[in-house]
Amino acid sequence: MQASISLSVSSHSSPAASTKSVRTEEFICINALKPANVRFCGLRKEILGFYALKGFDSRPIELSGRRSSRKLSASLSENGVPSKGFDYDLVIIGAGVGGHGAALHAVEKGLKTAIIEGDVVGGTCVNRGCVPSKALLAVSGRMREFQSEQHLKAFGLQVSSAGYDRQGVADHANNLASKIRNNLTNSLKSLGVDILTGVGTILGPQKVKYGKVGFSDNVITAKDIIIATGSVPYVPKGIEVDGKTVITSDHALKLESVPEWMAIVGSGYIGLEFSDVYTALGSEVTFIEALDQLMPGFDPEIGKLAQRVLINPRKIDYHTGVFASKITPAKDGKPVIIELIDAKTKEPKDTLEVDAALIATGRAPFTKGLGLENINVETQRGFVPVDERMAVIDKNGKLVPHVYCIGDSNGKMMLAHAASAQGISVVEQVCGKDHVLNHLSIPAACFTHPEISMVGLTEPQAREKGANEGFEVSVAKTSFKANTKALAENEGEGLAKLIYRPDNGEILGVHIFGLHAADLIHEASNAITLGTRIQDIKFAVHAHPTLSEVLDELFKSAKVSSVSSPIKEPVAV
Amino acid sequence: MASSLLSRPSPPCNTHTISFSYSLASPLQWPSRHSSFLKFHLRPYQRNPSVQAKIREIFMPALSSTMTEGKIVSWIKSEGDVLSKGESVVVVESDKADMDVETFYDGILAAIVVGEGETAPVGAPIGLLAETEEEIAEAKAKGASSSNTVPSSAPPAPSFPPPSPVSGTVSSSPKKVALPPVSDGPRKIVATPYAKKLAKQHKIDIGSIVGTGPFNRITPADIEAAAGIAPNSSTSNAGSVNVASPAPSPKTAAPAPPPSIPGSTVVPFTTMQAAVSKNMFDSLSVPTFRVGYPVMTGALDALYEKVKPKGVTMTALLAKAAAMALAQHPVVNASCKDGKNFTYNSSINIAVAVAINGGLITPVLQDADKLDLYLLSQRWKELVDKARAKQLQPNEYNSGTFTLSNLGMFGVDRFDAILPPGQGAIMAVGASKPTVVADGDGFFSVKSKMLVNVTADHRIVYGADLAAFLQTFAKIVENPESLTL
Repeated sequence: MQASISLSVSSHSSPAASTKSVRTEEFICINALKPANVRFCGLRKEILGFYALKGFDSRPIELSGRRSSRKLSASLSENGVPSKGFDYDLVIIGAGVGGHGAALHAVEKGLKTAIIEGDVVGGTCVNRGCVPSKALLAVSGRMREFQSEQHLKAFGLQVSSAGYDRQGVADHANNLASKIRNNLTNSLKSLGVDILTGVGTILGPQKVKYGKVGFSDNVITAKDIIIATGSVPYVPKGIEVDGKTVITSDHALKLESVPEWMAIVGSGYIGLEFSDVYTALGSEVTFIEALDQLMPGFDPEIGKLAQRVLINPRKIDYHTGVFASKITPAKDGKPVIIELIDAKTKEPKDTLEVDAALIATGRAPFTKGLGLENINVETQRGFVPVDERMAVIDKNGKLVPHVYCIGDSNGKMMLAHAASAQGISVVEQVCGKDHVLNHLSIPAACFTHPEISMVGLTEPQAREKGANEGFEVSVAKTSFKANTKALAENEGEGLAKLIYRPDNGEILGVHIFGLHAADLIHEASNAITLGTRIQDIKFAVHAHPTLSEVLDELFKSAKVSSVSSPIKEPVAV
Repeated sequence: MASSLLSRPSPPCNTHTISFSYSLASPLQWPSRHSSFLKFHLRPYQRNPSVQAKIREIFMPALSSTMTEGKIVSWIKSEGDVLSKGESVVVVESDKADMDVETFYDGILAAIVVGEGETAPVGAPIGLLAETEEEIAEAKAKGASSSNTVPSSAPPAPSFPPPSPVSGTVSSSPKKVALPPVSDGPRKIVATPYAKKLAKQHKIDIGSIVGTGPFNRITPADIEAAAGIAPNSSTSNAGSVNVASPAPSPKTAAPAPPPSIPGSTVVPFTTMQAAVSKNMFDSLSVPTFRVGYPVMTGALDALYEKVKPKGVTMTALLAKAAAMALAQHPVVNASCKDGKNFTYNSSINIAVAVAINGGLITPVLQDADKLDLYLLSQRWKELVDKARAKQLQPNEYNSGTFTLSNLGMFGVDRFDAILPPGQGAIMAVGASKPTVVADGDGFFSVKSKMLVNVTADHRIVYGADLAAFLQTFAKIVENPESLTL
């Protein structure tokens, strides 16, 4: 175990940095304003890996692998046999969370599956995204508690002073990424998924080559192909990333330094999470947001509350409605210089001098070198065009048979667990079962302190939809202030908001800001997935005292008109 | 989403508002409980109606049907911030939840009348909205004259009048003219986000600070040095959500707070206690003096025994006696608003201090000189019931013109009351005790005697005035038949 960790560290740091900077320059596709750019880890079946490791650390991987596979049902015990004439039933290009989820489900469905990875297993989420950032946020959360005298006093706690060791914090993030990466790799191996190393390129229908640069390519055939190549940080032009003082999330997660004053360009999920981490560690932060409001993409009410709690009381200020037109890294004894222009008029507005700048303007799809031209597909702003079933669409608007694209590279919903869900949906389809993923049931979360989570529509979206489709929209809200568990934790700050149709009790959206919001959202997202109505879910029992009662109360406070007839749709009689 | 902020233009001035505005400038009846009421009286103070019309008041909104008062959780905007319609300005805690309150109008937040952590009844003004920058100063002056300029979380700096005898309104709260982002002065000022926040909080002109940080930027430490506060241990930063942060950092002159004794617990003031504290502090700006007087109470006690079965209380008797005495000495019922004028009040409203669970309130017996003893007693009973149920209306506790405080029932023989800002005098009544008295003929006898001690504003009430008033009062008490008339 030890050996593999240190190995992965060294392979991760030096070459990765150089290749990445090349990549970022290549991708100037713009997705700057896309709000949903955070990476979450819906590591489905990750438990397998954990299981394999737990208590068997010293044993060879094969052994633990077998053990875990024995625990599974027979159908999972081996990779399938390919259909006639193909090397594989399914080849997945990209072993991120999306590819991983698809591969696991494919094996479960009896498909002979291969996964091609040109970098490291786990993709952005595990190596440069949600996983290491959660490690940093776990640290920042504790720092905040230790630093808040009021909070400690309210508990009767006395802590003399809180400090941290930067390298220790960085190691925690790195170790977590390694561990999850190993779990992922092991879970693939234990199921017999072939992990093919190198850059995957589509040569033509049902044909893929892969191989490392400078080595001979291998060509394989597959009945179906899934593109799951993900994304890289998007860096707007005019910004010079040096990896030291002007950085992207890739660098920020390594926590190589904690600058005294950091500008964060972009106030979406990524920027917000990093502001939480870096301010807890002592940095001051200046947000630069192109839109007129911070935190675009959140329900406005939640955004306001979040700003009140996450921005205003902290050592953070902000400039909204401005672009960072030029950012020069610190050099020659000068600080990082950021030139701001008005987002609308493009007039020069101000110049900032800071110690570091973090570019969190979103993510650009990583689709170069995929060989899309060989199947007559043209990317749109870098994204691979797909239909609602993730089937790839070519230049002429026709579906390309047997090619699908999931995850960040299709840009539908740039979330790790969305990619995984899309992968599963595709596998269902190639196995002959039609499946359309309801993206409105996919939850999202931002892991600040406290957390923000949401599923479905925001209130303005719901109202617009209601106006267009002629239904009424109601809103119910509950406060964490009234929740026993939250008060016991001295964390009464928070709000849960339900957006619903009062006529039939359909849940349109749920937004939560408060303690453990990210864990609380799933009751709502499950309800949306399953089509559960408020009038039914309000009878579900919640343990007392738990935070889940916030949602319980939320559902109970919704007013669904009682006259709903048992016949939902008009029926001729 | 939140409810909208009720702001409406101030009504034009009319002549009789002067008496109101008086009570505005001299805010709280002593131990009044909510500092906010006085804001109630903000409305009328326009001197120049045409301009005034553009200064709007921001009112405490009713966020629920059951809400009678709201607590200001935080001001999202600070004084001097430019507001546009629909923007959230303030967060109000109702009985159920915190709500953002939005403004209906564009303008500039000129003054915050009710600070963070304070409470105001529904409908009371909590801030002033100016339409243009020129009006800010004016609005500010109004806000300041209400003596509640400072949001409680801010350091008390502005409430310390400058040592010079100049009137308090001048106490400079430097205008933050330029809003942070655009500071295109001749010299580029670079200050870190926290430094800017601190500067705003401590009302320090950031342009006057020389930065000592990297690249000559202004750091939080620079601001702290300028504000004369010891830098808080680095841990005190971030994190904590702001409840009135108890880091009062008076200006350089003020001494640092004494070190806290280990093991002590700190309990923040309730709203009422905070209001009392503030009033007490404000009272320091009034030059007061005290005059004591012995009053024989034999006759009064006898009368009391007679009328007690009819529901008359000692409080009503004393209030009636004081009111009747005040009717003959209007100057003691007057007040000094601005240090230049006597303001003679048309009614005699006796405020009576009442201790109430952890606080103090002064229900007011209005027109105590005109009501008969029985009505007065009945009225008093109603007020006490209301006070207990926290249902007193603002005019039932902030309209007093003279205050009566009685600690006699605790056996206190004499004490000294603090004059509540806005009134001319307060009477402290001790216990009535059997005392050996010698008369002019050298005869000794034992009589019930109580000591009353009146504190008055010497700008308007002089020693002889007070002595004459006390003499009258003593005469009434010693010959109490007139009380029942």
